[in-house]
Amino acid sequence: MENKIRLEVVTPHGVVLSEDVDEITATGSEGEFGVLAGHANLITTLKIGSMQVRSGSKTDYLFVNTGYAEVSPDKVIVLADSAEKVEDIDIERAMEAKKRAEERLRQQENIDFARANAALQRATTRISLVSKKV
Amino acid sequence: MPGLKEIRKRINSVKSTKQITKAMKMVAAAKFRKAQARITELKPYAEKMEMVLASLAGAVGSGHPLMEARPVKKVEIVTITGDRGLCGAFNTNVMKAATKLMKDLESQGYQVSVSSIGKKGFDLFKRRGIALRKHWSGLSGKINYAIAQEIAKNLSENFINGTYDELILVYNEFKSAVVQRVRTFQLLPMAPIKGEEKSQETVDFIYEPNQQAIFDTLVPKNIEIQVFRALLDSQAAEEGARMTAMENATKAANDMIARLTLKFNKARQESITKELMDIVGGVEALKH
Repeated sequence: MENKIRLEVVTPHGVVLSEDVDEITATGSEGEFGVLAGHANLITTLKIGSMQVRSGSKTDYLFVNTGYAEVSPDKVIVLADSAEKVEDIDIERAMEAKKRAEERLRQQENIDFARANAALQRATTRISLVSKKV
Repeated sequence: MPGLKEIRKRINSVKSTKQITKAMKMVAAAKFRKAQARITELKPYAEKMEMVLASLAGAVGSGHPLMEARPVKKVEIVTITGDRGLCGAFNTNVMKAATKLMKDLESQGYQVSVSSIGKKGFDLFKRRGIALRKHWSGLSGKINYAIAQEIAKNLSENFINGTYDELILVYNEFKSAVVQRVRTFQLLPMAPIKGEEKSQETVDFIYEPNQQAIFDTLVPKNIEIQVFRALLDSQAAEEGARMTAMENATKAANDMIARLTLKFNKARQESITKELMDIVGGVEALKH
């Protein structure tokens, strides 16, 4: 099928995903964007967010921590600090992380605000992804 | 001549030491394989990142604060060692290289500060009375990208605010299971990136938000990857070194057991001979 596009999700801990898909929707720093085969060349930064991967009638969701996406007409390479498929998300860990981050943000003293905020965002994104799927 | 009982005791004690070194070797081998796998996992990411960076560098050039080459007055040395010993010259080699580098730089009039990653480096510097700017320890077996990010952030921030003008990493580079080599590597300022030569068909990319912004986030990312890679390298090298050290220790224990067993047999023979002589002597005496 010539309408497929190759998707590779790569993190420092290994390749998370490498397959041919129909459509990809990702969270870029300038907002969500969709990619189909034949997309123009694009390099963009990614925010903490979700990625939707459709392949036929099957749709997969991925959690993507900040990174980059390099889009060419037949290939998308996502370079992320970390990424996991929805079924690999550790929901309990995410819940705990959320609690910790909220606690830290509440104290408001001696904290690295950006870091705590990012942790909170990661946790909530993970949780919402899992609950959407179930 | 030690008695039979003492020798037997020695043999048993060496045997149990051998069991320990053998077990440690096996553990190190398992950890080594894991560490090696992680290096392989990082590779595609690092390579892709370099590609993106190179394609941008041609368009944007330098100008990132982490690449700024200032007149060098203050140099920081960061050593990466293990948290534990029993791995041959692994830690000592790094320390030797670092102290030598420190002396060289100081004699050239640079102001040198030191940071350490790994508990052994911390201990050894302390013993030599060298104050550390910062140290991280307890990372053995727990290395992940987030830790590398944290370390890279601290190192980068201190470079930008002028704590030092140059940063040199000293660590064990992983060559193979049995070969480690100390590598000194200038991490900051980051070496200029060679722009990609547009030899093939020129591809025009759309950049979001824009080239400069992406480049500015990629440069610190590159430092993170370098740190992460050094940490993984050092870990694989450490387990490799430990494997070799424990292998040698097991061999030495085997040799010692063989020697002691020989000694034990000789002593036993001697005592039997002595006993026989006594009996024969007694019989002779009775005859007369």
